[in-house]
Amino acid sequence: MPANVETAIRKFIAHSFMYREGVDSLKDTDSLLDKGLIDSTGVLELVFFVESTFGVKVNDDEVLPENLDSIERIASLIQRKLAASPATCVA
Amino acid sequence: MCGIVGYFGAVPGGLPARTLLERMTQQIIHRGPDEQGIHSDHGGGLGHARLSIIDLSSGQQPMTNEDESIWVTFNGEIFNYVELNEQLARRGHKFRTKSDTETILHQYEEDGRDCVKAFNGDFAFAIWDKKAHRLMLARDRMGVRPVYYTFVGKTLVFASEMKALLAVPGVEAEFDPIAIDQVFTFWFPLPPRTTFKGIFELPPGHVLVAEDGRVDVKPYWRLTYRDRDDLAPVDEEAASEELHDLLVDATRIRLRADVPVGAYLSGGLDSSVTTALIRNFTSSPLRTFSVNFESAEFDESEYQMEMVRALGTDHSSILCTRQDIGRVFPDVIYHTERPIIRTAPAPLYQLAKLARENGFKVVMTGEGADEVLAGYDIFKEAKIRRFWARQAGSHRRPVLLRQLYPYLVGLSGQPQPYLEAFFRAGLDKPDHPFFSHLPRWGMTSRIKQFYSAALRCDVGDYNAVEDLRSRMPEDYGRWHPLSQAQYLEAGYLLPGYILSSQGDRVAMAHAVEGRFPFLDHRVVEFAGRLPPRLKLRGLVEKYLLRKCMGRYLPETIARRPKQPYRAPDSACFFGSDAPDYVAEQLSPQRLTEVGLFDPDATGRLVHKCRSTGVIGFRDNMALMGLLSVQLLQERFVATPAGKLPIDAALSV
Repeated sequence: MPANVETAIRKFIAHSFMYREGVDSLKDTDSLLDKGLIDSTGVLELVFFVESTFGVKVNDDEVLPENLDSIERIASLIQRKLAASPATCVA
Repeated sequence: MCGIVGYFGAVPGGLPARTLLERMTQQIIHRGPDEQGIHSDHGGGLGHARLSIIDLSSGQQPMTNEDESIWVTFNGEIFNYVELNEQLARRGHKFRTKSDTETILHQYEEDGRDCVKAFNGDFAFAIWDKKAHRLMLARDRMGVRPVYYTFVGKTLVFASEMKALLAVPGVEAEFDPIAIDQVFTFWFPLPPRTTFKGIFELPPGHVLVAEDGRVDVKPYWRLTYRDRDDLAPVDEEAASEELHDLLVDATRIRLRADVPVGAYLSGGLDSSVTTALIRNFTSSPLRTFSVNFESAEFDESEYQMEMVRALGTDHSSILCTRQDIGRVFPDVIYHTERPIIRTAPAPLYQLAKLARENGFKVVMTGEGADEVLAGYDIFKEAKIRRFWARQAGSHRRPVLLRQLYPYLVGLSGQPQPYLEAFFRAGLDKPDHPFFSHLPRWGMTSRIKQFYSAALRCDVGDYNAVEDLRSRMPEDYGRWHPLSQAQYLEAGYLLPGYILSSQGDRVAMAHAVEGRFPFLDHRVVEFAGRLPPRLKLRGLVEKYLLRKCMGRYLPETIARRPKQPYRAPDSACFFGSDAPDYVAEQLSPQRLTEVGLFDPDATGRLVHKCRSTGVIGFRDNMALMGLLSVQLLQERFVATPAGKLPIDAALSV
């Protein structure tokens, strides 16, 4: 699992959705929807990234902008998941 | 169906007229492999590549009138030529042939440039009036048949496809950055602009007259719709019968040909209607063709076979694989002559080949029904978004979004909050004249992030949406929102993409002519007068069509929701069996050479396409758009067709 969650998320978003825009201009709290970075497939890519990189499971009812619409929110979701299931973290 | 070429003025490049006309005709010989002909006088010349359909023995072109003062080169059909010839004969015109080409000559003798108004057809033609020293170009109302023109000095040259113009000395292909920006907004350039600077498309429903050193381009017909405030009652039963009778007649006159007419069968409502009309109202033997896909996401063969069984047609289908699409894509781009952001033209290119291999030169299709009678999901989307915008805080209204695009797997599985977020774009602008289309255009415009610094600079502060806004007719603001959205589809996307890149160009690549009963201008004008509730009733699309034609169709087809024709996209260009040209065209070196796209940004997109199986609409559109521009550059800009020896140009 990457040492710095925010950095890993930022890197993923830069590579997957920001072909051109300077990644440094994206703040941790910026809405990915408002910035026009995420489309319907983008949500699926994001969930796939979170699950495969951090070894956590994102339930269907958790696929919400509240959990996934900024770097900060995604990091927070991952931290909550990891805290709730330390076994997964070890794996 | 054929290819036309010609010039008006001095012959460019000091070539003999015959050499020039033959060279141009050769470039579009795929459109008319049966016969070729040319005619030239002092100051003007015409060329023709013929696909013989009507009056096989005596319909040769260019054709002239009795005293050889008027000549015509003609691509397409005048479907009402039988009736017009009777009228013209009563006025004393003598006919030497039984072809619709001669109809044009005599109608021109009667009405001059207004002759087009009498024609019910799909046509592009040129008339060389020797006595008046005048050249006239005309194009059908809906833009089924193409014609392009440019100027070499004071000489006007024209042709069915731009590749023939590029064979003229002095005509060079140079990308028009504004046209590229328009394609990456709307999916097509706004006519008269084309992919290449200085080459123009005659817009649908327009006539060009060149005489006395002037060139005059004017519309003779345009789409129009009932005023939003027009509450005059319309009897639904009577309207249903009228639509029925119009479609029967539109189909009947489109079966006029001296060769067998086949039909494309997609499995959807529209092509099922046209096929059923042929079956029920004519004695024509029914031969149908369809394209199938490996993936169930795109394949409609189950419904196609249901119609085949119901109508008892003799049917052939072709399986179009991802490898096929990847393989033929460069050839498709050679024919479209414009960037495309979907692969959808490629399977239709394969389908036309199938029809041709089975001996068919003419096919009937259901094209146009979605534009004319309101079938597309974008109309429903706009209706729901508008309903929602009136109470933007409502939680119940956006639940209707669930009914949109059920065929888009990635979208239909979205949680409600995300679905709402995607469709919320532009919700705060319910009065914007393009309310229906802003989300689509906004998404397409994301391709622009790949522009190179040079292209960004060339495009400057040009705003494609504002440009289009300035072109809207005066009465646009008086139409119902559904009519406004229909106008954008029927007046722009239809000729700009559906009838060209997905229509004429890929069919004529194999010398196959499409005929479209729903685009008969009587049907189009009738539908424009209908109140919106007879087109989109609630969220039931093409309401009146279902009502009047349901009787001829199996119930599953009659009630089937719209399933738009789609094909696999980026998956065709990556993976172990990817075609070689993809890596080359999208390499940093080629991108730098062409200079239109940023190699780093494009490199990231290519990397993503190669490494992940999940690619969204936006990435798909960007990939197709970039790849097609790169291919166009190689095919036309780097080696303009006219600079190749003719043999080499033919072997490509």
